[in-house]
Amino acid sequence: MPVPGVILIVAVILIVAALVYYLVATIVTLRRITKGLDAAIAAVGEIVDKSAPVEEVVGTINTHLDAAVDALEGLLVKKAGLSDSMGLIEGLYPGAAAAGLRNFPASKEIKPPRIAEVYTRGVLTLARLGREAPIAALSPEGPVLRHASRASSEVRALYPNERQMRPDKLPDSPVIGTDSPVQYEEALTPGVRPRPPVSAGDGKGED
Amino acid sequence: MVLYWIGSLVALFVLFPVVVYLLRGVLQAAESIAPSVDRIAAAAAAGSQDLDAVPLLLTTQEQVIRTVETVADYGGSLDVIVDDA
Repeated sequence: MPVPGVILIVAVILIVAALVYYLVATIVTLRRITKGLDAAIAAVGEIVDKSAPVEEVVGTINTHLDAAVDALEGLLVKKAGLSDSMGLIEGLYPGAAAAGLRNFPASKEIKPPRIAEVYTRGVLTLARLGREAPIAALSPEGPVLRHASRASSEVRALYPNERQMRPDKLPDSPVIGTDSPVQYEEALTPGVRPRPPVSAGDGKGED
Repeated sequence: MVLYWIGSLVALFVLFPVVVYLLRGVLQAAESIAPSVDRIAAAAAAGSQDLDAVPLLLTTQEQVIRTVETVADYGGSLDVIVDDA
């Protein structure tokens, strides 16, 4: 056989071997991909089935909530009037009046009157007792006293400093537990302690 | 004879490398897809598990309806008790 024929045969064998190797490897990989896609499709099918009733349920919930909002807005405006309603909303939820009422577009243009400052029970008690009621001391032109996130600190800040009767630093709370510096012996009778407490480390009070 | 030589050499040194290069590219592309598909399957399974709580929406729906009914009752009472502006 001539040499060119041998070379050609070798080339053909190599090409066929490469085709077999790479195509088999590709087939194996594609089967793995098919397996993964089957799992993904099954899971996506579950998602579709599970999420199918969501739209209907959420729609029903929104319908009922819309009806409730409409009724409550209507009742509020009917009983308090549009202007006072916005003042009440602004007092309870500072900044909410800017959004207005859904069924009353004119409510967005109303400047809410300051009619709904909310005070803590202590402030109202002092006001009733007539003792330096801070709600009477502040200018009515000032900002709303009630703060949504730190209402009590805002109200407390209204008091003069000399009325702060608390000490600067309260004594620490007692430490309890097995690692506490002062160890108490377990009482056999409630209220009766057999021996004085023992401070951990100094050994005092031990027999 | 010369053409026979040229054809054999071309088959060995040109055709064979080109075939190997192309097949190798196909295999690499297929192998790069497999991990992505596995991740998609895992994410879809996790998403399906996350939706197991969807039936609780029916309870939420019932509670909302009851709450709205109660609010409507209170509103009706307030409408009677409180004078209009």
